[in-house]
Amino acid sequence: MPEPPDSDGRGRWARLLLIIPFVALLFPTLYAHAEPRLAGIPFFIWYQFLWVILGVGITGLVYALSRGSDRP
Amino acid sequence: MTHWDELIIVIAIGVLVSVLGFWASRWRRADLNHLEEWGLGGRRFGTIVTWFLLGGDLYTAYTFVAVPGVVFALGAYGLFALPYTIIIYPLVFLTMPRLWQVSRNKGYITGSDYVRDRFDSRFFALLIALTGIVATMPYIALQIFGIKLVLANIGISPEVALVIAFAVLAVFTFVSGLRAPALIAIVKDGLIWLVVIVAIIYIPYKLGGFGNIFHKVEQAAAIAPKLKAKPDVLQGSLFNAYSSIALGSALALFLYPHSLTGVFSASGQRVIRRNASFLPAYSFLLGVIGLFGFMAIAAGIKPSKAFGNNSAIADLFQKMFPSWFTGVAFAAIAVGALVPAAIMSIAAANLFSRNIWREYVHPAMSRREEATVSKVVSLLVKVGALAFVLALPTTDIINYQTAGGVWMINALPALVVSLYVKRLNVWALVAGWAGGMALGTYALFQEKFATSLHDFGFGGKIYIGFAAIIVNLVIVIAGSAVAAMAGRSTEGNLTEADYQPPAEAEADTYRTASVPPLVPGSA
Repeated sequence: MPEPPDSDGRGRWARLLLIIPFVALLFPTLYAHAEPRLAGIPFFIWYQFLWVILGVGITGLVYALSRGSDRP
Repeated sequence: MTHWDELIIVIAIGVLVSVLGFWASRWRRADLNHLEEWGLGGRRFGTIVTWFLLGGDLYTAYTFVAVPGVVFALGAYGLFALPYTIIIYPLVFLTMPRLWQVSRNKGYITGSDYVRDRFDSRFFALLIALTGIVATMPYIALQIFGIKLVLANIGISPEVALVIAFAVLAVFTFVSGLRAPALIAIVKDGLIWLVVIVAIIYIPYKLGGFGNIFHKVEQAAAIAPKLKAKPDVLQGSLFNAYSSIALGSALALFLYPHSLTGVFSASGQRVIRRNASFLPAYSFLLGVIGLFGFMAIAAGIKPSKAFGNNSAIADLFQKMFPSWFTGVAFAAIAVGALVPAAIMSIAAANLFSRNIWREYVHPAMSRREEATVSKVVSLLVKVGALAFVLALPTTDIINYQTAGGVWMINALPALVVSLYVKRLNVWALVAGWAGGMALGTYALFQEKFATSLHDFGFGGKIYIGFAAIIVNLVIVIAGSAVAAMAGRSTEGNLTEADYQPPAEAEADTYRTASVPPLVPGSA
């Protein structure tokens, strides 16, 4: 399938999404709390596990969006 | 007391793995007298093999022992492994495909090969190679420490068993090169996933659920003296330490020689990008393993005499599981040590043969001789690491490895910044490296090498490597800016085209991930 002509530009802008996990994780003041708990697990812990999954989602999305510019 | 059933399972899995290690030399058969084949598996590993290989390479046995050990000793702070191994992948996604491409185009085996060409400086390449070797040696030693911990828990005297395990490892690495750890990684990762999934269901079940586990941790923290508390939520005084060690460790990890070996062995940029998306599965695993530290607190485990807090996970398994499954778990840790130890020794050996031996001792050597030097050095590296473990107290090795990360991060300008910034000056980078190393080592001395955190007078305790890389980058930027104004930027031997995939015809060959096989003897 031919790549859409703007795929290069879109891939480039999509990369800005990769900043989000840094903001979400490098400021512990955002998440160093015990409440709300999830099944007895403090927020501090389950929030970071959640970000493993969100991080996969974001990197995967950027990969999908930039595939046009990502030749081999 | 010797746990025979555990021992039998560990030996059985060890034999299986050794057979795989030797058989690997026939896998994707090629001329192993060529360093690109022996040391990089011919750069033909696709997405799935690379996923196992990098997972087995980066998430080492020592990590699996140390992360719950730190959580067990200090509580929430130990979970910095989570942000660390999450934010690393956006960085890999952005930078490593470009480094892979230039290395593929120019036939680089090591990061220092790239540095040599980028700056046309064999001296700077040597500095980066030595940094890599010095940081890797104690890391290999700690893999042996992982095996030693398992053997001691099974109840046999570790020395003889260690020598046997390492002799076998050394021989099959010598014979099969990177193919051996790539295949064994599949077994390793399978075992680790099995153990962790069973453990994260079974142990909380035995301890009355997560609510009860954290309730016990909080009770213990509440009555402990302030400095001994092990809270399950990070204390405000450690916020900067937590962020700086997560970021600093993430910046350093892919500069390690063994990480670059894993990256370079991939068959394409696409393989690396996909892996940057899917490798965090292991971060989830590592986070779960970190939680075992809390479970050990809740289960009332005490630090052991011989191994301190690092025995927490082994003692927890021993206490919770039936002994046959403890055997499986211990085998997972032991095999988990072999994979990174093999890759690290290959990576260190390649640095020696390419960036020291060829560069300074025997420039005219043939490709076959080059591969032979690497093979022999990979043996010597393991002997050295084993001697380390048998001779030095373990705490010294752990401290040395802590220092390794602080040193390794100083390769960031050479290996990553240089991919993007043209107007750098090599002497500014040398000065930045020296400045970062000096500050880092000075701060480590202040802390007697016992911790990687230091109070530099702002923001409380922070990761020493983080301070080192800031100083390094400031020197690199200032020095390169001055040099650029004087028209003295280091151009090196590379042009932008060297970083780009070659035109269509060849690109198609990449797409199917098949590099033309080397004709035996053509080297």
